[in-house]
Amino acid sequence: MQRIIYIVQKEFKQIFRNKMMKPLLFVMPFVQLGVLSYTADFTVKNIRIYIQDQDNSPLSAKLTNKIEASDNFILESVGFNYENGFREIEKNKIDVILSIPEHFSRDFSSNRNTSLFITADAINSTKAGISINYLQNIIHDFQTEQAASKGIIELKPGVNIIKRDWYNPDLNYKFFMVPGILVLLVTMLALYLSGMNIVREKEIGTIEQLNVTPIMKYQFIIGKLLPFLIIGLVEFTIGLLIAKFWFHVPILGSIGLLYVFTFVYLILVLGIGMFISTITNTQQQALFLAWFFSVIFILMSGLFTPIESMPEWAQKLTFLNPIKYYVEVIRLVMLKGSSFSSIKVNFAVITLSAILINMLAIRNYKKTA
Amino acid sequence: MDDKVITAKDLTKTFGKFTAVDHITFDVKQGEIFGFLGANGAGKTTAIKMLTGILSSTSGEAKVAGYDINTQRNKLKKNIGYMSQKFSLYEDLTLKENINFYGGIYGLSKKQIVTKTGEMIERLDLQHIENTMISEIPLGWKQKIAFSVAILHHPKIVFLDEPTSGVDPITRRQFWNLIYEAAEDGITVFVTTHYMDEAEYCDRISMMVEGRIEAMGSLKELLERYDAKDMDEVFLKLAR
Repeated sequence: MQRIIYIVQKEFKQIFRNKMMKPLLFVMPFVQLGVLSYTADFTVKNIRIYIQDQDNSPLSAKLTNKIEASDNFILESVGFNYENGFREIEKNKIDVILSIPEHFSRDFSSNRNTSLFITADAINSTKAGISINYLQNIIHDFQTEQAASKGIIELKPGVNIIKRDWYNPDLNYKFFMVPGILVLLVTMLALYLSGMNIVREKEIGTIEQLNVTPIMKYQFIIGKLLPFLIIGLVEFTIGLLIAKFWFHVPILGSIGLLYVFTFVYLILVLGIGMFISTITNTQQQALFLAWFFSVIFILMSGLFTPIESMPEWAQKLTFLNPIKYYVEVIRLVMLKGSSFSSIKVNFAVITLSAILINMLAIRNYKKTA
Repeated sequence: MDDKVITAKDLTKTFGKFTAVDHITFDVKQGEIFGFLGANGAGKTTAIKMLTGILSSTSGEAKVAGYDINTQRNKLKKNIGYMSQKFSLYEDLTLKENINFYGGIYGLSKKQIVTKTGEMIERLDLQHIENTMISEIPLGWKQKIAFSVAILHHPKIVFLDEPTSGVDPITRRQFWNLIYEAAEDGITVFVTTHYMDEAEYCDRISMMVEGRIEAMGSLKELLERYDAKDMDEVFLKLAR
């Protein structure tokens, strides 16, 4: 125990004496949290639209106004000619064309069938899909309003869908993203710092001096792990405060539960870092490996893209991804207020992996060549 | 006859087809300064790494401070000190912090650490740099500090791997004075070097050539046996 304390003391001194460390620990993560949370936005805004109005009626003008008034669209121009609009799409000046046919007003008023034609630039298929969806919503609203103003309650017989979005009623993407990005920061920091640590002692040669001391392998690994565990929890706390008081993300669930999970999760990630550190010989190698794993873990975490839309084999692979489990838990606990029983599987997986990887790291740290 | 603190019998280390240490057999007596001489690449460092328990031997056996080098490493490590040719103190810790850290790792109590630190700083006359980062201390001093840290826990044996490489003659002389002091304190000193003139500081010398011990004895014995005027000549005769 005494030895572990001496290692922890030494590590803390070294960490805080390193000139790069303080900005790395206390500036970078929060700049990232700030910047990423504002930029990793899945709502599509500023869709540039061209309206081909062949009807030129008060009704078509009303529809045009309604689209222009929407937050999501920027009305670039209105014209009669379809080709003009299409050329703009080719020049990447326009994203969507809405074509209003001749006699639109007449057919609409007399309840005859009429069609609006949407052309979307689908190079970014997600954006195209979302744009069309928004446009349909606007048109549907427009239809309902017009029908109501004519005294008809139901435009056409059919199912009327009333939707209510639970847990995030305003569909505020920040509520969804900020907790996820917090996970990302905590993970990256823990992985990189621990991954570079033991290998650094290998590079400067002090590891050899430690290896001739009677220090036990587990004492060494624990002594190395503890300072980063503490730093990780401090980072998490600051991040959580920013989420709560800057982004106003609700924290519905138990904060204690979040900390318990974060604690175990950090031990896992630090263990992975330690393991990387034991199998590499230079900081460069360690950095490369850590980078390789973090990119895969992040892209397959469900943080930026839903896991449900990944191919079957990739979905199976995500079972090995610690970030996935943590992202799920933090979103569930913060946004849904889930209790331990809803996250117990995640908790079990992370705990077991943490034990396993740390045992591996201890085993792999060779005091004897 | 149990005044032998190191006994090695046919100790061998091979890396693939290359034999770095080839069946070396020797004893080191309690309180002795044992010089392990040889050219660069003769296998000195490999031998020292086996004896300190950080490298497994391929065959043969050895006991250090009474403990087997392959099966009782942890007990062995409590009883030895080691200073490698690579510099082994933390550059980003101060002199005092380094002493404190290594003292703690060797299981000294807080009180012991404080006393020993005080003694060491006084003996080496380091009061003015006790709170200076190691990175700002000149190399010669660092070597002396590293040696003192290596014997802080008063081990039975201290292994020194090329401790004087790269330092000036005066500092080398001072360094050897420290080694004498340690030996007088009852610490057995096992030291490797490729400076042949340092042989005269040792009680006994073994001469390593290409992994084998080619000659062993006191300086006087060796000079007589090879009819040489100094160790350089002995070395050249053996290496030929």
